[in-house]
Amino acid sequence: MSRSGRADAGKTGGEGETGIMNAYEKVMTARDGGRPTGSDYIKNIFTGFAEMHGDRRFGDDPAVIGGIAYLGERPVTVIAVEKGHSAKERAYRNFGAPSPEGYRKALRLMKQAEKFGRPVICFVDTSGAFCGSEAEERGQGQAIAENLMELSTLCVPVISVVIGEGGSGGALALCVADRVWMLENAVYSVISPEGCASILWHEPGRAAAAAENLCLTAQDAQTLGVIEEIVSEEDLGEPAFYERLRERLEETAEELSADPELLAARYERFRKIGRL
Amino acid sequence: MAELFHFLKPKNKLEEGGRAAAVQQDDGEPEKVCPNCRKHIPMSQLWADKLVCDCGYHFRMKARQRIRLIADRDSFRELYAGLETEDPLRFPGYREKLETAGHASGESEGVVCGTAQIRKQAVCIFAMEPQFMMGSMGSVVGEKITALFEYAARERLPVVGFLVSGGARMQEGLVSLMQMAKTSAAVKRHSDAGLLYIAVLTDPTTGGVTASFGMEADIIAAEPGATVGFAGARVIEQTTRKALPKGFQTAEFTLRHGFIDCIIPRKRQRGALAALLAMHCR
Ligand SMILES: [Zn+2]
Repeated sequence: MSRSGRADAGKTGGEGETGIMNAYEKVMTARDGGRPTGSDYIKNIFTGFAEMHGDRRFGDDPAVIGGIAYLGERPVTVIAVEKGHSAKERAYRNFGAPSPEGYRKALRLMKQAEKFGRPVICFVDTSGAFCGSEAEERGQGQAIAENLMELSTLCVPVISVVIGEGGSGGALALCVADRVWMLENAVYSVISPEGCASILWHEPGRAAAAAENLCLTAQDAQTLGVIEEIVSEEDLGEPAFYERLRERLEETAEELSADPELLAARYERFRKIGRL
Repeated sequence: MAELFHFLKPKNKLEEGGRAAAVQQDDGEPEKVCPNCRKHIPMSQLWADKLVCDCGYHFRMKARQRIRLIADRDSFRELYAGLETEDPLRFPGYREKLETAGHASGESEGVVCGTAQIRKQAVCIFAMEPQFMMGSMGSVVGEKITALFEYAARERLPVVGFLVSGGARMQEGLVSLMQMAKTSAAVKRHSDAGLLYIAVLTDPTTGGVTASFGMEADIIAAEPGATVGFAGARVIEQTTRKALPKGFQTAEFTLRHGFIDCIIPRKRQRGALAALLAMHCR
């Protein structure tokens, strides 16, 4: 972000009537159960997906799917947070709220990608890391911290796409990447607008106002220098949509694989945000 | 060491009593009430005891008090003083909050950084400030911590940090969230240079700070009874509608589950840190 790079330009307030969604409408859209989930992206963009389970420490977290697949001709490691579609699957996937085991599985597979020189592609869609006593007992904070630290020097290209909700540290743990993209109606935020409204104003009902002020839309995130690209939702979920995204991922994986300054650029990518 | 402190009341009980026991101004000397044992302690005695009650309860401590307690006399040289946030989101009411926090704490932001000596060993040191928006991490905290680790890597110095934080500062939105990645990358570079980082987690260390430089140290110590965790206990109770186990998210709980190395009472911290630093001298 440049010194003068303020986010107001991206604020979408008061445009609801003109057909452009306001921030809270985007939050609702991002959460919509009808949107494609992580596994839809894996199915439609890659070929030969081989799923790998488990963190080799404690368990296998169904909220995070990981494995190896082909992106065009190139083998890549794919990680996706999965919310599930049916009520039953949503419960099984813990509504896309990863446990420490999910982050550790992701890191294990990313380290494997590094060993074999494969790019890593992440699809992020979570309201946040699982908020429960078991997650705390097994080190939710430690698991996220380790991912942030290790991903900062992972020697292969990492591309992360926020496809729905990018909920705080639980999303960031899969977004320490060379390129972060967001779908046009995805959101990425330090706290849920409801949480923000209830802490700041003790009124969860003022979530819409909080959403506006948190600058959590893709457009805001781009203005703040947090993401590089906004992915158009034209034909969302249709073959044309996935084809466009696959092409863009292929080009970018190619470009990043050839970059000798990859890690220096990744460091600077985050170093510059909030530089004073 | 954890067993020594089992007589501390569990966190949930403590919170009922109100952790921030007010200074009582009776006719005589100002005193504080210990939220754990309810004893009235004159301020002069509390200062002499480094803000620790006889029962083992550790009161919160300001950043500069911490540094004074740990560093050799007059050895502290502050770095990055006076950095102020640009309020990147122009968040309503944030400017006023910053001003209030500045008055309440006497600090311009949530962390104090610099160089110092601990028993003649040179270190980079940071201490977070509980009275400045509970040490929440916005761009300034992120920038100062990052710059300190970069400085320490250049000068080949160990880093000793005292943490206290409610997590990310929501008024800075994504800019605040990104500080978790930024600080973590700086810690990693310092670590990859073969240098030591010791974190002392004090009450409370939670949220985005736990999930970044709080849990990334080579040696992670905590003060007795400190709340250490990621998600807030109240939020967890509301989400899961289950009662939390006794002593949930205390330093002792975190030690038992294997996420910190040791619990060091305040009175022994200077000596313990000096000894650990000496073991890493090359
Ligand atoms: Zn007491």
